[in-house]
Amino acid sequence: MRGYEPVIGLEVHVQLATTSKMFCGDRYDFGAEPNTRICPVCLGLPGALPTVNREAVELAVRAALGLRCTVHERSVFARKNYFYPDLPKGYQITQFDRPLATGGHLDLAERGQRVRIRRVHVEEDAGRSLHDRLEGRTAVDLNRAGVPLIEIVSEPDVRSAEDARVYLARLKQVLEYVGASDCDMEKGSLRVDANVSVRPAGSAQLGTRTEVKNLNSFAHVEHALRYEAERQAGVLAGGGAVVHETRLWDAAKGVARPMRGKEESHDYRYFPEPDLPPLVLTAREIEAARTALPELPEARARRFREELGLPAYDADVLTANREHADFFETLAGLTGDAKAASNWTMGEVLAWTNETGRPIAEFPAPPEHLAELIALVADATVSSTAARDVFALMLERGERPRDIVVAEGLAQVRDEGTLASWVAQALDAHPQEAARLRSGEVKLVGFFMGHVMRLSGGTADPRQASELVRQEVGR
Amino acid sequence: MSGPARFDPRPIGDLAQAVRTGEESARALAETALARMGPADEALNIFLASDPDATLAAADALDAGPGAAGPLAGVPIALKDNLATADLPTTCGSRILENFVSPYEATVVRRLRAAGAVIVGKTNMDEFAMGSSTENSAYGPARNPHDPARVPGGSSGGSAAAVAAGVVPAALGSETGGSVRQPASLSGVVGVKPTYGRVSRYGLVAFASSLDQVGTLANTVADAAAVLEVIAGVDPLDSTSADVPVGDLVGAARAGAEEGLRGVVIGVPRECFGEGLEDGVRARCEGALEAMAAAGAELRDVSLPHTALAVPTYYVIAPAEASSNLARYDGVRYGPRWDPETGLLGMYEETRARGFGAEVKRRIMLGTYVLSAGYYDRYYGRAQQARMRIASDFRAAFGAGVDAIFTPTSPTTAFGLGERTGDPYRMYLADVFTATANLAGIPGISVPIGFADRLPVGGQILADHFAEATMFRVAAGLERALGGGS
Repeated sequence: MRGYEPVIGLEVHVQLATTSKMFCGDRYDFGAEPNTRICPVCLGLPGALPTVNREAVELAVRAALGLRCTVHERSVFARKNYFYPDLPKGYQITQFDRPLATGGHLDLAERGQRVRIRRVHVEEDAGRSLHDRLEGRTAVDLNRAGVPLIEIVSEPDVRSAEDARVYLARLKQVLEYVGASDCDMEKGSLRVDANVSVRPAGSAQLGTRTEVKNLNSFAHVEHALRYEAERQAGVLAGGGAVVHETRLWDAAKGVARPMRGKEESHDYRYFPEPDLPPLVLTAREIEAARTALPELPEARARRFREELGLPAYDADVLTANREHADFFETLAGLTGDAKAASNWTMGEVLAWTNETGRPIAEFPAPPEHLAELIALVADATVSSTAARDVFALMLERGERPRDIVVAEGLAQVRDEGTLASWVAQALDAHPQEAARLRSGEVKLVGFFMGHVMRLSGGTADPRQASELVRQEVGR
Repeated sequence: MSGPARFDPRPIGDLAQAVRTGEESARALAETALARMGPADEALNIFLASDPDATLAAADALDAGPGAAGPLAGVPIALKDNLATADLPTTCGSRILENFVSPYEATVVRRLRAAGAVIVGKTNMDEFAMGSSTENSAYGPARNPHDPARVPGGSSGGSAAAVAAGVVPAALGSETGGSVRQPASLSGVVGVKPTYGRVSRYGLVAFASSLDQVGTLANTVADAAAVLEVIAGVDPLDSTSADVPVGDLVGAARAGAEEGLRGVVIGVPRECFGEGLEDGVRARCEGALEAMAAAGAELRDVSLPHTALAVPTYYVIAPAEASSNLARYDGVRYGPRWDPETGLLGMYEETRARGFGAEVKRRIMLGTYVLSAGYYDRYYGRAQQARMRIASDFRAAFGAGVDAIFTPTSPTTAFGLGERTGDPYRMYLADVFTATANLAGIPGISVPIGFADRLPVGGQILADHFAEATMFRVAAGLERALGGGS
């Protein structure tokens, strides 16, 4: 980057997972028939008035607390005025100079970085303008108008495109943990705009920034920011100046193009929303929300490391998703063996979620069954290889692992007599190697183990069998 | 005939009682209203919409069913055309909502219907409630029943005229700066503006959200109270409505009429009796004060020093909020659309240029300006501070033991059609005595206090927040002292 460092701030809009819209009782369903989730209020009919959805406020407070913000007991709704066909009232109800929360942070542990959060506020979403639906015209779908959003604005603390991506992943994680949103960029429940400038490495001054929009995935964000930072560095290195403008990311071509037309600097003429009183929260309400917060991902990963003794890698993978962490913890509690629970969760269980595309909540076997399987491996009733077969059959049949082991004869054989007879058989079948073994060639243990396993159909307890084979050495 | 008249000599309470007992039928009352509507409308252009068949059907249904038990059973009511109704259009006196029929009804309309009232029509008004004469209506001005060459006042001129012409015993209007009290004064009827938050605004097409309130017009103080009792009360659909018990307002009026004004302290603000008052108005006000004193009231000189700020403050705040509230009229979702097919901006511009009248445009521009970057603090910010001073004037007066304040409602009697339309600022000055109450949020009522040159004069009683009972008591006392009421 030719001695320049990027300075990045991110504005993220997140749809809150409420039953109804921000200022009226309509439900929002992504993908519903256009203009079927509307009412006088979100349609902006003459005479309609907004009323605050308390569930949305609660989720917003949880999100703000999850981001370590100060939640203000009094915040004010404001009107942001502009004309656009998907903005039914000709203004958006948002919060301007008295937002719900300020002054938080998000730690990017893996990057050793802390990104400060400037503010979190509540607002309503606009509808959607669809330019490709009708020939030569724009179609407007107002289903989304009025959906509750929180806007999360970071300070320009992000220092690389990769960090931006990690920030978004961590942000999504926190919001999922507190239950504020499902943060699905494909469904539009999480949207990102980025502000990026560059400056000579080590400088404290901020350069001129551009705003980048049309970022449809975390990967897009990373690519776009890398592109834009490098472009700006190139401009400055060549003696030019960066133009303060808005650029749209074109993922197909991998460039961010300046927006034309309607992006003259808007005067939104903000003023306090006269139809709504200030949003008031008592200190007790805020405290109650704080105590009701689930354990946040950072703290949970630390507890997995420090109290359950899991390696950092395991802790991170398991806590990446709250449901996964919950599943693991239930399992660990049942088995008393955190590492085994971790291995099985990260391994077979998550593999199942990946293959089937279904959430872990739909995992067909109850944790008690999985715990039993782990115990069967631990006490060597089954080998770890056989255990995988048992697992697959558990999912298929919904039976207890113990029953499957018996039914399929998968139990490891540990009976001394049976094992001894297999060992004897193997030795007899290969007299020359047997002689060499008895004369001290330890490396032939593996050879005979192979035969014993084959003779036993894989059910011989390898430890015991190998003990018996080793006893022949030097005999 | 369409001259001044009264729908029925009986108070509304008695009318409703007659319908409840079967002595009177809702149908008969509706027929009377409809019979008077035609000639009144022709001469005075009072109504913008009505559906006689539907009105009679509603009356018949009432007579047949359980609805004939409500407090307003069978009472014909007219509604200002900025109240959302599902059967008749709601145009707000504007072309931009021509033929617009709302899919939902205003809360106050639902409450009236639930009380058994029969809606007979939507009345003419200044466009989007912006005006003081009903001359800003896109559908022609309404005229004063006392003198059809003069205005009935505005913006609820149609509603005031409907009552004054005897078409209905009561009507709903709306206020932002005096638009119920001023036309009541000019048309010789009673007009009430309740405390801000007393009556739901859900379904009242917004002009200035922090000032708008639905008000009632009727022939007597008791009648106005009766209708207000039905429509008032908190509404979960309106976050600015107040959860304060309504109380027995009709009872308060009765007490004022029967018991007089002994022990009541009436504040008389010197700022409202200076120059600018027409002689006839001044004389009638003095008469009203004498009558109140004779009825036992103590008159006390008070000062409302920021009265002169009322009009400028109002004309910054109201247009500012209006510029935002009227942004939704863009031809996209409802109402007529004028589209030159040159793109989005062309459609917006053409629709709003053709759909809005001159006064509305003037106020939208003014409002946009005072909210714009660089000007917000100087105008809107300052106006909000001035507003707080105006409110504190009243707080001081009421806090010092004044029960109610008396002022003229309007500095003049009804002016001629066309007399002030060329001078918007002079038109704005009609609000000089009424706008303070809207800015402070306190309730006010205009009561007929006589005539000057055969034109009605109104006197205004103002009370503290949520003190409608006191306001009605004093107003009824004044009304009785002057020989009026029922």
